[in-house]
This record gives sequence, structure tokens and C-alpha cells, in this order.
Amino acid sequence: MQLESMYQEIILDHYRNPHHKGLRDPYEAEVHHVNPTCGDEVTLRVHLDHSGGEPVVADVSYDSMGCSISQASASVMTDLVIGKTVKQAMEVEDEFLTLMKSKGEAEPDEDVLEDAVAFAGVSKYPARIKCALLSWMAWKDATAQANGTVPAEG
Amino acid sequence: MTYDVDRIRKDFPILDRTVREGRKLVYLDSANTSQKPHQVIEAIDAYYSMSNANIHRATHQLGEEATEAYEGARLKVARFLGAADESEVVFTKNISEAINLVAYAMGNAATAGEQAHRFVLGPGDEIVVTEMEHHSNIVPWQLLCERTGATLRWFGVTDDGYLDLSNVDELINDRTKLVALAHQSNVLGTINPVRQIAEKAHRVGALVLVDGAQSAPNMPVDVQDLGVDFFGFTGHKICGPTGIGVLWARRELLDAMPPFLGGGEMIETVAMERSTFAPPPHKFEAGTMPIAEAAGLAAAVDYVTEIGLDQIRDYERGLIAYAVEKLTAVEGLRLLGPTNPDDRGAALSFTLEGGLGEIHPHDISQVLDADGVAVRAGHHCARPLHKRYGITASTRASVYLYNTRAEIDALVESLDHVKRFFG
Repeated sequence: MQLESMYQEIILDHYRNPHHKGLRDPYEAEVHHVNPTCGDEVTLRVHLDHSGGEPVVADVSYDSMGCSISQASASVMTDLVIGKTVKQAMEVEDEFLTLMKSKGEAEPDEDVLEDAVAFAGVSKYPARIKCALLSWMAWKDATAQANGTVPAEG
Repeated sequence: MTYDVDRIRKDFPILDRTVREGRKLVYLDSANTSQKPHQVIEAIDAYYSMSNANIHRATHQLGEEATEAYEGARLKVARFLGAADESEVVFTKNISEAINLVAYAMGNAATAGEQAHRFVLGPGDEIVVTEMEHHSNIVPWQLLCERTGATLRWFGVTDDGYLDLSNVDELINDRTKLVALAHQSNVLGTINPVRQIAEKAHRVGALVLVDGAQSAPNMPVDVQDLGVDFFGFTGHKICGPTGIGVLWARRELLDAMPPFLGGGEMIETVAMERSTFAPPPHKFEAGTMPIAEAAGLAAAVDYVTEIGLDQIRDYERGLIAYAVEKLTAVEGLRLLGPTNPDDRGAALSFTLEGGLGEIHPHDISQVLDADGVAVRAGHHCARPLHKRYGITASTRASVYLYNTRAEIDALVESLDHVKRFFG
């Protein structure tokens, strides 16, 4: 049935027990993103570690309000990007964006996307794609700021 | 005559279709947009098939027929609203444009000569709205205040969803230039005491604009009886097509107001140095207007008038009473707005608590959709109102003349499914 194709058990698990939730120190950038259609919000912080030369995503912490898809997506995203270099994490983000634009047609690469492959079903529902992307967009924005590629807000 | 909802449903072809793997469609999203009866669809089809031409300027037979369709629609809308004259009816693309027309005309008043003086705003002047407005009746006034230096103020709402009138004499004062409010809230369903507020506003010389997007489709409206200055509604919520809305205003105001959009058809004479303008309503209708949509709107007005707005309101009141009873009995459901069906219209917004806490409206509506039940989830373009109630979003079921008690039952049953799914 269609409902289960969107709400896969992995998504519901992350929704019920979100990983890495809560705002933590230290961080170099904090952003606040909103989904204008439903008012869902996420405040997200990124901490990068530059000690090894290439910047690594040392921590992503967040506080969010929203539907199961947006909550689960934030949880899965933090699992995926924490510990990776910014470059590797951006590649994962790119892969996830491609999946979400696929209208349910893509064959997601589980080696790259891990739990995030569960969102393939969401990509069939145009109204919900923004929910799945909210925290990813916030992370990308914060990481770019933290990495100095764009100036930090205010 | 008894209200025959089965016969009415047969007029709406879309109500027969299935959605999501063969589910029967239960359409509870009419406050968003209503469905269209075949009479409206056929009127648009007939216009394009037989009479299509531009209006007011073609001298051939088709041009006459098109003009007749368009101006005939104006006459029907004027009668529908109880207007003194059809020249008081201006067609727009929707009600947002109707409200913006007034806001921009007021913004243009400072340079429009002596006759527009009463519309001029400046620092110290006040515009009053309410906390339960649709963004369409907030944002244009915020922008106007920013342009003119006037101050925006607003009525609050009570915990049970009524306008808080406790400070009405302070809010509506000698500085008030305009009071803009919804006739019926698109979230709470609350029917506001427009006549009472209009009397107070007029006593201090303020103008009154009423957003009738949710009221005009669902209850009898007589603009003269309401005692207001501006009244707007939109075609697509009253069984008509998208792309056409209505601004009604008292003729003396339309005469004195400067135009909003400049262009063809709104002029009297044009020279390279300056232009003079056509009398209302054409002064406010620049460019080729939505002619087929006007023909569709005329058919829609005929359709609801034939059933009778009193009958529609009575039928919906019964449906709303039933829905309020059924919904408030659902464990964990909090209904926003008045529970007395006499005080409220068709929008039934709520939040729902499941075993793990509040279930997000997007998740609720997704499960309802899988069961064939179409509702709206989000802030319904009324974010300040949701904030007032400490929530970011709600789920809204809205009924119209074709809905049935069985459909309310289907909604309630599907809400059980939601709770099981996210329990």
C-alpha cells in the first residue's frame, strides 16, 4: 500500500528516536530554516574540525519542529554527514538531492545513502519533498558558512 | 423545498472519481477551492466554443456576445451581493488582487488630487486588521503602512476563537482610516460581527473592507445591509473558475479612488503627456479581463442562487453541528474556533494528539489522503493566528454544499487510522 512506501519503518524509527537532536557547543555556524507552506522550522549548528587539514564535519546539532518526514530526515542526515569530510558529505547531499528529485524513479545507492534510501518513496509526493530537504538545506547553508565559503549571518 | 444533496452531488462530475488506488474521493477542502458543477464547466466551454472574442472593442457579433457574457456576469454578481448598481462591481483575478487594488489605490491617493483626499494615509494614521486574517488581508496593509508611514494595529482573538472586542473603542479611534476584516475566518470558521464593527468604524470616519472569500460561498450576503464600504470574494471558492475575483465598493468611493493598474480599457483619453480615466468599474479593469472566467462565475452565481444561499447555510449549519460533535469526541483532538454552529462556518481546523504526542498535520493529511479524504494541512495562510494558539500548523477539513454526514464519518474513521499509524 502507498502509505507504507512513504512511511517506511526506518523513517518512523528515526522519527520516534531522532539521532543527534538538541543544540550543542562548539559550533562555527548556526542557521534557521523554515518551510513556508507549513511553518516547520529547524535551527541547526555545524562544527567543523580543521585539525587534519581537510575540514571534517565534527558535529551537527539541531532543534526542530515538524512532521515525521522532516524529523526523520534530520536524524538520518546527521548520521550520514558527521565524521565525513565536508567534501564527502556534500557528495552525499548531492546524491540525496538527486534522489528527492527523482519522482520515485531513481535506484538509490545504499552504500552512499544508507538509511536515507528510505526516502525514495517520499520523492513521489511533491508536497512532501520540501519536508525531507529542510534539514539538508539548513546543513548545507551552515556548513558553507562554517567553512568560510560564504560569510556567516549577522 | 427539501435540500437534496444527492441531486446536487450529481452536478459535480469530480465527486464521482476515485483517488489513490481506487478510494472514493471524500473532498473536504472546499475552503481551499470548491469543486465545479457541470453547469459552470459547460458555460466556460460554451463561451469558448461559440462566443469567444474580446470585449468592449470588437464591433462584430462575437464581440457583442462576449461583452454580453462579461457584463452580464457583472450584473449577476451585483444582484448576488445586493449592490446598488452594477458599476460598483470590479472584476479582479482573485480576492488578493481585490484587496491589493484598494491598498494600492490608497497608496496612490497622495498624488491623485483633491477628490482622493480621504484615502491619503500618513504618519499618525492607523489601519486596523485582526489576528485571524488570511495573509491576503494582512500583507497588503503592512506594505501600505510601510509606504505611507501609517501604523498597522489589530484585534486579538479569544481562546475560544472569537474576535476580542474588549478594546474596540481604543482600537477604532479618530486616527483610524480603514478597518479590514474577514467576514468568516478561513481557519476558525468564526463569523465576525461585521455590521457592529462597521458602525463603530463609520462613527470615527473610517472605511471598512470585508474579506468575504469564505462567507460569500456559504451564506447570504447583502453588502448594503452589512453597511460596509468594500467587500471582496473569489470565484473559485463559490463553484466558479480560478482567475476571477470581485471587488465591490460603494460607487462614490470608486469614483474618488485613483486607479491601481494602468493600461488598455481603463482610460478615457490618452495623450503622451497624461491620461484621463474611464468611470468605474472600467477605471479599475486594465487590459483584457478574464472573460471566460466571468461567464463561468455567472453560471456559478446562478447555480448557488438557484439552490438558495439560505438553504446552503442551513444545510451546512447542520453538517457543521454534526462534524463538531463527531470531531470533539475524537480522543486527543482539539478543535479550533467556536463550537456553536450558529457562530461558525465551514472551516473545521484541529490538532490531534497521538500516543507519542502531537501528530503533525502533514502526517495526518498524508494518511487521510491514502484513505481518499482530501483536507488541507499547514497554517492555511494564517500564520499569526496559529502562533496565537501556540501551534505552527493545523489540519483543516472544510465542508460545502455537496458534502454529507457520511463524509464526516469517513474523516473521523480515517483519523482513527492516523492514530493507529503514528501510535
